Amino acid sequence: MCLAIPAKITELDGDDMAVVALEGIKKRISTALVEDLAVGDYVLVHVGYALHKVSPDEAARTLQLMAEAGVLQDELDEMTGADQ
Amino acid sequence: MKYVSEFRDKDLAKSVSAAIRREADPGRTYNFMEFCGGHTHAIFRYGVQDLMPDNVAYMHGPGCPVCVLPVRRLDDAVEIAERHNAILCTYGDMMRVPGTKQRSLIRAKADGADIRMVYSTLDALKISRDNPDREVVFFAIGFETTTPPTAVAIKQAQKEDLSNFSVFCNHVLTPPAIAHILQSPDVQDLGTVEIDGFLGPSHVSSVIGSKPYEPAAEIFGKPVVIAGFEPLDVMQSTLMLIRQINEGRFEVENEYTRGVTREGNLKAQALVEEVFDTRDAFEWRGLGTVAKSALKIREAFAAFDAEQRFEISPKQSREVKSCECPAILRGVKKPTDCKLFGKVCTPDTPMGSCMVSSEGACAAYWTYGRFRTKSARPQREAAA
Ligand code: SF4
Repeated sequence: MCLAIPAKITELDGDDMAVVALEGIKKRISTALVEDLAVGDYVLVHVGYALHKVSPDEAARTLQLMAEAGVLQDELDEMTGADQ
Repeated sequence: MKYVSEFRDKDLAKSVSAAIRREADPGRTYNFMEFCGGHTHAIFRYGVQDLMPDNVAYMHGPGCPVCVLPVRRLDDAVEIAERHNAILCTYGDMMRVPGTKQRSLIRAKADGADIRMVYSTLDALKISRDNPDREVVFFAIGFETTTPPTAVAIKQAQKEDLSNFSVFCNHVLTPPAIAHILQSPDVQDLGTVEIDGFLGPSHVSSVIGSKPYEPAAEIFGKPVVIAGFEPLDVMQSTLMLIRQINEGRFEVENEYTRGVTREGNLKAQALVEEVFDTRDAFEWRGLGTVAKSALKIREAFAAFDAEQRFEISPKQSREVKSCECPAILRGVKKPTDCKLFGKVCTPDTPMGSCMVSSEGACAAYWTYGRFRTKSARPQREAAA
């Protein structure tokens, strides 16, 4: 729950919501906490909310590190696997 | 299974490690508390402690949100689900935390309570929309990073007039906890805990900025360095703390400049300010009652406050008797001091919250540290 994962914004809608793509997963997240986002930006996503922008390099580095540390899959499962 | 992961940037790790060995004064010790469970996790996963000289040590602080929630509040959440027949939405980490008589949310769910794991407050809102005839309660826990999403959800519920949605608010604040630890008798009178500086949390600080730590640093004369979650960040921040101490400084410095500014995320802060007010006091597991350390929902949003909506009965909540989580969260004991550790209590059969969350100190010890002792330092040669 404390982790945040970088993801790329692929769609923005007017209601403070966006779609991010990440390792083949698409997820709708809220952008209510961050100003001035554009399609193509990378953001750090925490519990379904963009926390802040990150550079593409930083995003790639963090993702790789999470994958190596074995926490990337957990985080993706958490994102997609909650009961609804 | 590999217990200690390799550093990606070995050369850089080596040079930071070498600088620490060069600059740490052998005539003194350096005890740093990493406030945040994310750091505890990184320190264990990458064997960062093993890359430090003997006189530089980490202590694990209370920055694991699941770990610091008192059993009473968990019991209250179970009551909301069971007695008031609400759908209780919770982050996954909370599910297995044992409550009184080891009754966890997962057990309550097995007994028939409608408890649902959500990834986000957005999911809880959706459950409310889909179940207009049921009360839906979001069990909100966490530090300053998870608070803004709760604020957004409450505002959204108000906007949509989702009258069946409410929040059981347990959000806590980082800077008062740091000040509380420094004022505690363990630190001040008994000297059982020596803290020379803090590694500050990065995601929390991306929201609140580095400024809120300044009073504690100044009043108590202890340096704080905001550190990213990567192992190299932790090492670099340790070096920055050592330098401050050697130079007699106690400032708030920021190693995680790629995510944290002094002011933080003003938009998120404004949302939190609009929806929440500070509680006079709140009980923390391990720390006891800490003044002005938690948030409650403001009167303007009282309709969405589960504590006002449901009658919650007083109860005698109790932790598992020999669980040492409280002392561990204050830095007084280590997980291996607990007689249940690894025997009765493991991540599969947790007796206390510190064994549940991967950010908890007991879980980190169990997963990465149980075979290692101070004399067996697998990574030291590699990095020297
Ligand atoms: S090992 Fe288990 S029982 Fe002991 S302190 Fe840790 S969580 Fe509590």
